[in-house]
Amino acid sequence: MTNAPQPLLQIEGLRAGVGGREILRGLDLEIAAGEIHALMGPNGSGKSTLSNVLMGHPDYEVGAGRVRLAGEDLLELSPEERARRGLFLAFQYPVAIPGVSVVQFLKAAVEAVRGRESVRAAAFLRELRETAAFLEIGEIFLNRPINEGFSGGEKKRMEILQMLMLRPRMVVLDETDSGLDIDALKVVARGVQRIAGPSAGVLVITHYERILNHIPPHRVHILLEGRIARSGGPELVAELERRGYDWLREPSAAPSG
Amino acid sequence: MPELPSDNKLIRDYAHGFVTPVEEEVVPPGLNEDIIRLISRKKEEPDWLLEFRLRAFRAWQRKTEPRWALVTYPPIDYQAIRYYAAPRSLSAGQAVDPEIARTFERLGIPLDERRRLEGVAVDAVFDSVSVATTHQKILEEHGIVFCSFSEAVRRVPDLVRQYLGSVVPPGDNFFAALNSAVFSDGSFCYIPAGVRCPLELSTYFRINAAGTGQFERTLLIADRDSHVSYLEGCTAPIRDENQLHAAVVELVALEGATIKYSTVQNWYPGDEQGRGGIYNFVTKRGDCRGARSRISWTQVEVGSAITWKYPSCLLRGDDSVGEFYSVAFTNRKMQADTGTKMIHVGRRTRSTIVSKGISAGESVNTYRGLVQIHPAAERARNHSQCDSLLIGDRCTANTFPVVESDNPTAVLEHEATTSRISEDQLFYLQSRGVDPETARSLIVNGFCREVFKQLPMEFAVEAVKLLEIKMEGSIG
Repeated sequence: MTNAPQPLLQIEGLRAGVGGREILRGLDLEIAAGEIHALMGPNGSGKSTLSNVLMGHPDYEVGAGRVRLAGEDLLELSPEERARRGLFLAFQYPVAIPGVSVVQFLKAAVEAVRGRESVRAAAFLRELRETAAFLEIGEIFLNRPINEGFSGGEKKRMEILQMLMLRPRMVVLDETDSGLDIDALKVVARGVQRIAGPSAGVLVITHYERILNHIPPHRVHILLEGRIARSGGPELVAELERRGYDWLREPSAAPSG
Repeated sequence: MPELPSDNKLIRDYAHGFVTPVEEEVVPPGLNEDIIRLISRKKEEPDWLLEFRLRAFRAWQRKTEPRWALVTYPPIDYQAIRYYAAPRSLSAGQAVDPEIARTFERLGIPLDERRRLEGVAVDAVFDSVSVATTHQKILEEHGIVFCSFSEAVRRVPDLVRQYLGSVVPPGDNFFAALNSAVFSDGSFCYIPAGVRCPLELSTYFRINAAGTGQFERTLLIADRDSHVSYLEGCTAPIRDENQLHAAVVELVALEGATIKYSTVQNWYPGDEQGRGGIYNFVTKRGDCRGARSRISWTQVEVGSAITWKYPSCLLRGDDSVGEFYSVAFTNRKMQADTGTKMIHVGRRTRSTIVSKGISAGESVNTYRGLVQIHPAAERARNHSQCDSLLIGDRCTANTFPVVESDNPTAVLEHEATTSRISEDQLFYLQSRGVDPETARSLIVNGFCREVFKQLPMEFAVEAVKLLEIKMEGSIG
């Protein structure tokens, strides 16, 4: 190799917030294809803001910085264009859409992302059934309105089902592990392992070590007050479990006016 | 004269807005006993029918126009309306005028049986008269009478005389009385005892002539243990004037019979400023006369400047069932005041009401419903669900559900919601690659799903498409 590979996701000096309050204060992060990264941090550190800003939620304002996906400026694009470029966000709290079945929802999504022509009805349904079976989702769920009356675990599996059907190259999991029992967690991990590979990047946003035992990360980042306070290898997870976050807070980061 | 509006956008919005250049025979404007006698004479009617009309006209004269609905419109000059218009070629007793056949073709209703809609028999009504009824042969083999109203008066006068006005009496209400006085044609249907109608029956109403009203009458009788599914569709040309459509539909279900009546109403709704459009003032009522009979109304209302209609069920037979499934979409300056009445008379009668109102633009969309439990209606049950979806912030949705129970054993449930398409739902779909317009239409179709699934398959697909077209550009 003559030159370093271009990072798949590249975040530079990102400042962003919601309702006039800045939450991300100069965040830098790079994820290369084939890598799984974990982003950990306490409540209020900016984890959810990052996932919303990456996907383009209209309520979030970007003050400065750049986000590129495979070299392309992501912040210029609408949420649907980001999805079509291969970005996928597994939501922490997926919303219900009454009367729209999982099949209808995914058909619209797959047609939009993968192209109407490339997806024939029969092939789509076969792929959907196989993928659902792989994630131990009963076929009966596919005809139910998406996320309506689903348990927390069922909603998270649905997110993973969508991820596998859309075949993204950059996946962001926003606290997908919260509220999952161990069996559901294993299923989610199995789904993520299927998408992870030489060409895809994964960012696992989490509070807990547990999910990282099933999806071992190459790199771990700790988010504090809107900035990456430390990056390291997998060993950082164990250290965090032992010592908490306080040792990472620099005295200068304390509010001083 | 057969002008097409020059405004291209209108044509795009309302593809059915063209005018057919046929010569029509019309009566002079105005309403009096002479006009009624003239209409009756033109149709070569028996005396009892003329008497029916005159009785209705006298009742109408004593009535005042209802003003309780949440709709506003300037006073209608009933003397300025022509009460009869018929294509001239037809009165000459020829085959279907090619222009008219082309019109229905363009509306997706081929009258040529070789290219008929799969499994659907159609009665096509053009202005005041029925121009063709398809599939006569198959229907006759089953003893089913399905024809224009005028023909029924000639073919099966006793049936017409026995049932006409037996569900909606001539003096029932202002518009029903008007219809009873001047109705010119419509569809008639009789399903003999024990027969399951092998085809979907369908009436397609088309207003073409200017300055006329359309006053059609539908009478459908399902004899003991018979079964029929019936669908009506309606369109009209784009015109600057308001046109009055005051129809009456009467359904009679005898013991063990089932009638499923579906409507896709797409009358011209007027332009963005609220100019023109059809006043759709309609009385629809079904009589579950026999035990275990069942009448189900499904309506998809996406057109008309003003809609005033309450398809209702009179549940007289023990264990009879009434259903009302409705989607009413209003946009621009459209006004809809629609709902149902479920009158429980018989024991263990059951009814279901599912109403989905969608308001966009500056429209006003009102659900008005009555559930009435009579003293004899032991253990009657009703479940009502009324949901409103608002698009934008200049529209209005109202819900007026009234329950009157005179029997303590009745079980009544009512649910109502009002919602908007949430930003979070939109963002969720967008994050999956779906553009906002498709996302909104998916959400709205989901909202209507319980109603759409009641429609016959091919019409459900049509209804979904129609709603998509109607929604285009309804959101800023």
